[in-house]
Amino acid sequence: MYKILYARDIAPKEFDFLIEAPEIASHAKPGQFVITRHGERGERIPLTVADFDPIRGTIRLIFQVVGRATAEMASLREGDFITDVAGPLGTPSDIERLGTVMAVGGGVGIAALFPIIRGLKETGNKVITILGGRTSELVIMKDECGRYSDELIITTDDGSEGQKGLVTDAMKFAASRGERIDRCWAIGPTVMMKFCSFTASELGIPIWVSMNPIMIDGTGMCGGCRLSVGGKIKFGCVDGPEFDGAKVNWDEFMNRMGQYRDEEKISMERYETGVALWR
Amino acid sequence: MAVNKTRTPIGEQNPNERVKNFGEVCLGYTEDEGREEAARCLQCRDAPCVESCPVSIDIPAFILAIKDGDMTRAADVMSRYTNLPAVCGRVCPQETQCEGVCRLGRAKGFEPVAIGKLERLVADRNYSRQSAQKAEGAAENGKIGRVAVVGSGPSGLTVAGDLVKMGYDVTIFEALHAPGGVLMYGIPEFRLPKSIVEHEIRSITNLGVKLVTNAIVGRTITIGEIESGFDACFIGVGAGAPRFQGIPGTALNGVSSASEYLTRINLMRGYEFPDYNTPIKKSKRVVIIGGGNVAMDAARSAMRLGADAVGIIYRRSEAELPARVEEYHHALEEGISFHWLSNPTEYADDGTGSLKGVTCEKMELGEPDASGRRRPVPIPGSEFFIEADTAIEAIGQEANKVLLSACPGLKLNKRGYIEANPDTGETSVQWIFAGGDIVTGAATVILAMGAGKASAMAIDRYVRSRKAQSDDKSGRRTF
Ligand SMILES: Cc1cc2nc3c(=O)[nH]c(=O)nc-3n(C[C@H](O)[C@H](O)[C@H](O)COP(=O)(O)OP(=O)(O)OC[C@H]3O[C@@H](n4cnc5c(N)ncnc54)[C@H](O)[C@@H]3O)c2cc1C
Ligand code: SF4
Ligand code: FES
Repeated sequence: MYKILYARDIAPKEFDFLIEAPEIASHAKPGQFVITRHGERGERIPLTVADFDPIRGTIRLIFQVVGRATAEMASLREGDFITDVAGPLGTPSDIERLGTVMAVGGGVGIAALFPIIRGLKETGNKVITILGGRTSELVIMKDECGRYSDELIITTDDGSEGQKGLVTDAMKFAASRGERIDRCWAIGPTVMMKFCSFTASELGIPIWVSMNPIMIDGTGMCGGCRLSVGGKIKFGCVDGPEFDGAKVNWDEFMNRMGQYRDEEKISMERYETGVALWR
Repeated sequence: MAVNKTRTPIGEQNPNERVKNFGEVCLGYTEDEGREEAARCLQCRDAPCVESCPVSIDIPAFILAIKDGDMTRAADVMSRYTNLPAVCGRVCPQETQCEGVCRLGRAKGFEPVAIGKLERLVADRNYSRQSAQKAEGAAENGKIGRVAVVGSGPSGLTVAGDLVKMGYDVTIFEALHAPGGVLMYGIPEFRLPKSIVEHEIRSITNLGVKLVTNAIVGRTITIGEIESGFDACFIGVGAGAPRFQGIPGTALNGVSSASEYLTRINLMRGYEFPDYNTPIKKSKRVVIIGGGNVAMDAARSAMRLGADAVGIIYRRSEAELPARVEEYHHALEEGISFHWLSNPTEYADDGTGSLKGVTCEKMELGEPDASGRRRPVPIPGSEFFIEADTAIEAIGQEANKVLLSACPGLKLNKRGYIEANPDTGETSVQWIFAGGDIVTGAATVILAMGAGKASAMAIDRYVRSRKAQSDDKSGRRTF
């Protein structure tokens, strides 16, 4: 049982939880994730670690409600307990001194990007951060990311904040200024990462993306999280979650993400009727 | 008194009924039936059954106790050798072990004693009694030393149970949210009810073993931290990484490993979806690739989830099938078909990214390979197609890298498993012992238990000698 120290709504359907998990906090590194399961009947789902504090023994999870498991978690409040939190899992980000790096985030992917931005900054890189979303209130963690960025560019589809347009436009803009960019990270919705990868390839910048396949154990035991990278089968949970975006087979990945769409709908309906009855 | 030629019949769920539920297939003997079966045992001297049991259970002794109607004595005999009798009675390949050499079964026209079923009877009858054992070892706890056990499969549970009884302070670290290893996530409810596994585990934690779940060694806790907190460590992490054939179409929706399929069903209870939240597809036409217990379990699970047709594709022939005979027979009774001497070469796409079927080629058996089994070779031009919306690969496992890559000092063998002395579990690192599937590659529950027993003794010797040395050096007791 893992205690929730605070539970905040930070954007529509997006939640920010601080959780007591000293062992995870003291071992976590940027780029890693945890598997959570809530309730004896709950599903195991992966969530990236948005922040960790080894001294206080806490980790921070920022998640969006996309199905029943996240909806159930979102119903929890400060002082409640999550049944299981296991981690840190996955191979940490390869953070080293590279020169100038570009960090692109969208949606709750920004949460996963945050520790990477901080890590990159603390190792002496110049960090250009690009955060995007449909509208201003969906662009989370602006101040925190800004604190560890040399430059922060915001893009919104509706122009409610920053540049009107897509994160890929901002990537091109940043690269067009003539400064050499040594590496890029992009974390966000799959489509965003796919197009960031195309853009980065056009610009000749190596790019890391963080894949979020359907997982069960998260320890390399089931192979459910597999994806093709450079024509080879890779396990998202142990070989990743970060992969070379230029080599990921995106269409195959998106197809696999839809495997349980029908069941997810049934599950969510079941949950919603349950909640309605209970009310 | 004349000995019955055939075994005392045992109750089983009718095949037509059982394919609709996940309840246990074999219902077990009643005590009367057990006594009748026990009476068939010849009480051999130098009993061959004992010799071929990987943990040398005194089989004639517990069978005699059953015959005498003394279930308590039978249980006492058994508990000297195994911490998991209810499990072994159900899943051991008895036909290649004790029952395979049973002297009665050697006689023409006679069936061997149903040793496994008798073992199970004793274990099941002994349910309520076990908590009485509690305090025994517990009082001594922590006095000899602290041992960390990584993985709560049969090998880890055995090491833990044996060491706690010797008076060690034992902590098991388990990566998943539930202990039991393959017993929990691999072997289905209809063959090994999870309540039985949970009960066996409780009887071990009742002895004082500490169990930490959600603890991935190498991630949540490092080997270095274990080294500083414990006198010795046993690694029993299993062979938990599924292998894929890697044929074209492996990424299609509908293709999965048996590990995923069975984990969804067993650990996550997908068969009770949506009462439980983890989904499992209700497939119509299912093919399973492989011929071991894992393949049988996946096939029979698919049937129970309501499939119209389930077929097993196996490269060799019936004679080479590695699964337990009982499972094979049960699979046949349940209507599962077998494509012998066949090998998939490609998964076909239905045009939407989902599986439409499997192209296979026929095989013939050629020269024996390294394992001594005749190697299957493809017959040119023999392709055929099986329609399927689900394909499950059960072609074996390999070593899971998570722990191994976090423990660089540990020497591995050519196949990527831990190199360990089979008699003691000793590894290239003095304070680390290993056993079970992570040493042998995917094997059996009882071999994992046997390795656990051997390691428990070796760990005890090691810790005592270390303590004796440090006592000599410092001139005082350090614990
Ligand atoms: C579907 C299936 C059916 C089978 N049927 C039979 C049968 O009928 N009869 C039979 O005798 N055998 C059968 N087997 C084989 C048998 O289950 C295994 O040989 C046996 O369980 C191996 O035991 P083990 O202790 O080595 O490891 P496992 O049972 O594999 O347990 C290992 C445990 O370690 C945990 N772990 C892994 N990595 C870490 C880590 N880094 N930190 C912490 N914990 C970790 C895992 O989560 C797991 O719980 C079957 C196997 C399968 C998959
Ligand atoms: S070999 Fe068979 S008959 Fe002989 S003791 Fe063992 S079980 Fe009994
Ligand atoms: S989630 Fe099971 S192997 Fe990655």
